[in-house]
Amino acid sequence: MPKLKDRKLYSPPRSLKDKLFHFCPGCHHGLAHQLVARAIDDLNLAKRAVGVIGVGCGVFLYDYINIDCCEAPHGRAPAVATGIKRADPELAVFTYQGDGDLAAIGTSEILHAANRKENITIIFINNSIYGMTGGQMAPTTLPGQKTTTTPSGRSTDKEGFPLKMAELLATFEGTAFSARASLHNAREIKKAENAVKRAFLAQLNNKGMGIVELLSACPTNWQLSPEESLKQITNSMIPNFPLGIIKDTI
Amino acid sequence: MIRDKELLKGNIALARGAIDAGCRHYFGYPITPQNDIPEYLSAALPSVNGVFLQAESELAAINMVLGAAAAGKMAMTSSSGPGISLMQEGLSYMAGSELPALIVNISRSGPGLGGIAPTQGDYFQATRGGGHGDYRLIVLAPNSVQEMYSLAGEAFRLAIKYRNPAMILGDAILGQMKEPVVIENKIARPQEQDWALTGAKGRNPRLIKSLFLADGEMEAHNWKLYNKYKLLKRNEVRVEIDCPDKSNLTVVAFGSCSRIVRTAVDRARSRGYSIGFFRPITLFPFPENEILAAVKSTENLLVVEMNTGQMIDDVRLATNGIGNIFFSGYPGGTIPTPEQVEDKIMDILQ
Repeated sequence: MPKLKDRKLYSPPRSLKDKLFHFCPGCHHGLAHQLVARAIDDLNLAKRAVGVIGVGCGVFLYDYINIDCCEAPHGRAPAVATGIKRADPELAVFTYQGDGDLAAIGTSEILHAANRKENITIIFINNSIYGMTGGQMAPTTLPGQKTTTTPSGRSTDKEGFPLKMAELLATFEGTAFSARASLHNAREIKKAENAVKRAFLAQLNNKGMGIVELLSACPTNWQLSPEESLKQITNSMIPNFPLGIIKDTI
Repeated sequence: MIRDKELLKGNIALARGAIDAGCRHYFGYPITPQNDIPEYLSAALPSVNGVFLQAESELAAINMVLGAAAAGKMAMTSSSGPGISLMQEGLSYMAGSELPALIVNISRSGPGLGGIAPTQGDYFQATRGGGHGDYRLIVLAPNSVQEMYSLAGEAFRLAIKYRNPAMILGDAILGQMKEPVVIENKIARPQEQDWALTGAKGRNPRLIKSLFLADGEMEAHNWKLYNKYKLLKRNEVRVEIDCPDKSNLTVVAFGSCSRIVRTAVDRARSRGYSIGFFRPITLFPFPENEILAAVKSTENLLVVEMNTGQMIDDVRLATNGIGNIFFSGYPGGTIPTPEQVEDKIMDILQ
């Protein structure tokens, strides 16, 4: 009878600290953190990666990851990342930003960084709501979605439409890679993992900006259970935010 | 020692001073009356393997400076009042994160869009922090093209030494006028920067941040910053004092205004009056002890500013009720003539 050998099939990324996440139950930030750390491991970037962390629940990424990090003012992460990358092009610089950070207050910074063909990587967490401040409307909030500042649901007549950043950023010549992935099931997480890696490769190959928009759950502010939140992504978010690689010119 | 002397415009002298001090990173956005600085640097920096980047806004520019400073580089930006207002967010973060950089304000009149004529209306904004939170900038006020050149390096030296953003507060006169400048080439070498983000190679990861949420952590950080400002006050005050014995009036002015005041003081002296001249070069740290000594010896101070009265607050705080403090202000881009200042001096003396 052949001897069975133990074989490790899966382990947490080395770049991730062995530390309990503080996130709410069902929140996808922890998963997104893992994907970033895994890309850093797989591409062997731990010694030259610098994370630029925007304002929002994701700000504490620096507590969970074993690389150099810099906090950025709300929305300004692409400008801070530009400063770091231009100062030392050998560094692998990425931003980690939420939808309020990237798609509301920081639209100017992200558009112009893309247009300048900055060799930086953008990890964009879209959970269609402001998480850290307590569930206010985001630019990505779905039509009809109730938030603490749209108590009767987002009215497209009054509050406009969900902003589709991955598509918008793909239109820039300076963007080498733009994709939207989701974290609601294992298959999509695997795709998201590849997309994150690809967004880093755009930078490492000096092709320009690499962007991944990650559809993520915020059960606390959606006022749904973690399980219901996964359904919310499938039934409501994905129809508004189609998944897939929008641009890849790496 | 052979010293090169060149006839330079103030803005160019400042840009040259920054490069000669070792600055290789500039991020900025156009605004009058400082455009000579980015225009000059857009050609000069690439020729020394530096980085020049015209940002989409002052908000972006200051945050690019923040990033380059976080990476351990000598970085700078320049602007004027309306742009400096937009930079306050980044400046607050940089002070909180203890990042050194040079910020140049070639100020114009305000509030609002104001005008492009020289003014000193940004004194409060420069010396009180300007953005949110409990912090200060190091503020240097040149009064000649020579000082536009040399204080650029000095600002970098202080910023690096104290890990704090430093501002040069000039104005449209200083930016646009031409004077001979002695070129020094005195490099402000960064000290060992054991905080800079260079990639965690052979060391533990580093973190640059200004967020402190744990119990008591923010208070401790505020006191740490305060102690730094106290050290600046003790060690880094720069002031020009020319107070003859037996004078009973000292005229206080900074920046371009001090040049006009100096002429007025000299004229009064040539008429036989003994008048003192006092010019703060560092606006923060303000020369508190020196102004106190001046008021104790001459009893009367005349503060002349190109605004409605801002530095006079620092004079009053430092003198704390001692002596008589007079004020003469010229806001909105109006430049006083030496005659006007001299008349004011005579009014007080008589």
